[in-house]
Amino acid sequence: MGVLVIGVGNELRRDDGVGIAIARRISAEQLPGVIVRECTGEGAGLINAWTGHDAVIVCDAIKSGSAPGTVHRLDASKREIPSGLFHYSTHEFGLAEAVELSRAMDELPGRFLIFGVEGKDFSGGKGLSKAVEQGMETVLCGVLREIGPEAGIS
Amino acid sequence: MKGKNGSAATKSPKGKKTRTVKVDYLARVEGEGAMYVRINDAKVEDVKLKIFEPPRFFEAFLRGRDFREAPDITARICGICPIAYQMSSVHAMEEICGVKIEGPLRDLRRLIYCGEWIESHVLHAFMLHAPDFLGYESAIHMAKDHKDLVKMALRMKKAGNELMGFLGGREIHPINVKVGGFYRVPTRSELKPLRDEMEWTRDAALESLKIFSKLDIPQFKQDYEFVGMRHPKEYPFNEGRLVSNRGLDIPLSEFENVFEEEHVEHSTALHCRIKERGNYFVGPQARYNLNYDLLPDDVKSAAKEAGLGPISRNPFESILVRLVEILYSCVEAIRIMDAYEEPDAPAVEVEPRAGTGYGCSEAPRGICFHRYRVDSDGKIVDAWIVPPTSQNQKTIESDLWHFAQKYVDLPDKQLQWQCEQAIRNYDPCISCSVHFLNLTVDRT
Repeated sequence: MGVLVIGVGNELRRDDGVGIAIARRISAEQLPGVIVRECTGEGAGLINAWTGHDAVIVCDAIKSGSAPGTVHRLDASKREIPSGLFHYSTHEFGLAEAVELSRAMDELPGRFLIFGVEGKDFSGGKGLSKAVEQGMETVLCGVLREIGPEAGIS
Repeated sequence: MKGKNGSAATKSPKGKKTRTVKVDYLARVEGEGAMYVRINDAKVEDVKLKIFEPPRFFEAFLRGRDFREAPDITARICGICPIAYQMSSVHAMEEICGVKIEGPLRDLRRLIYCGEWIESHVLHAFMLHAPDFLGYESAIHMAKDHKDLVKMALRMKKAGNELMGFLGGREIHPINVKVGGFYRVPTRSELKPLRDEMEWTRDAALESLKIFSKLDIPQFKQDYEFVGMRHPKEYPFNEGRLVSNRGLDIPLSEFENVFEEEHVEHSTALHCRIKERGNYFVGPQARYNLNYDLLPDDVKSAAKEAGLGPISRNPFESILVRLVEILYSCVEAIRIMDAYEEPDAPAVEVEPRAGTGYGCSEAPRGICFHRYRVDSDGKIVDAWIVPPTSQNQKTIESDLWHFAQKYVDLPDKQLQWQCEQAIRNYDPCISCSVHFLNLTVDRT
């Protein structure tokens, strides 16, 4: 099985759409062995999306207080993902909770990377901030580097 | 019970021991607010459900908009129960336009509501409320010891979401419901995979009822006025009169004569009350108690095996009633899918008309009442929306009052934990108006 790339976010909330934008760019590359999906970030849906896969890369906007556009690379296979970094609604649980719930059920894919781009503007509307666009390019390079020649995570 | 709770003991100026117990963030409620409990000499003196988020102005947004826009605008009020808002608004608009939806279109509206009840009830019963009964801080902690239960819940929730997503165009804030029907209706063959998954979900609901019937349910019964919808032939989703166990039996148009909203200082969400009698109780238990006779026999049997009688007055049994309603939703969804014949058109023609219309439907958390006035061009002149949680606010406060008093001798942390559990009995969708729930217990 190849690599599953999941773009998370809401493209109608400006920088929150960066994960979706990345997913679409990766999808356009038509890389063999790479499956691309877009998700809203609702936890149960995320778990359903990645359960059964061996290698997963998730791209999402992040809010940690760093400079806008800063790229964070989190290896969920190796450490817990802190709650609060990623947007989640109180109606549902979010990315960090979904990762930890999968881990608790022994169902977290063996290789699991998260690329987070520090967002600046999460207001209503389309389009990414300039700094976030630059961060997106960094993530694209990073994702392509991680995807190995046999469509595993290298 | 591990949590983000803290407690402090200080001496009051008079030398009396004052204890303040705080929960800075109450997780596992849908929304944010604050709860304050003051106890003096082992007597509960004050309880407040504080709701401080600014009003969201949806009723004002609706003014001047075309009547056809109401289902799409009101669906944005809630991420977890958008169907309730869509259904209440379309029925109000159809009443104004003199249109009644029958046959397969009516059935599809019940079917999409089944999806909403399943996904909402599964999220709450398994992921938000069950950890209270089993002694875990969260579903993540619970999942380590109850993997199969959580896996089952995730698949059940997915089945509900898929039903909603398929009929609604998408799961969150669906876009396929319109005044007069739907934009697109399914073919019979498209329903087949959904039906198969619904059968699995029905069996899972039965199994989970057996598991949950062994939960340790706190003993706490109150004499509530349960308010819900009542239809002569079916367990209610979209249609019926408003009834209660104290003799209320009115058409929707009488709502404003019987109920009133009041502003209280500690809440930006209005408190709803029955003018003559005060607070009341809406939600799954109200529906169950008022419509038990309309449940199919196999659902009644499952409820009985889980320890539920025809009337459930202990709000902590709400977790079992939600499972009964999940089971009912699966049974009803399968019935509708089996009987489904594709309609001639996905919607009936609706022409604007001036008038006042009322819509009420049974959201997962209770009745969601809408009233609209529309002018002859179809522009909305006035909108009034009463969501379920604002109706339950006073009853939640009342429960806290009595519950904290009954268990006043418990250690602070345990009292806090059980008070939180008592709040979660109502699955409050506070985020329709708030986003935080802090619980403070003051002991003097």
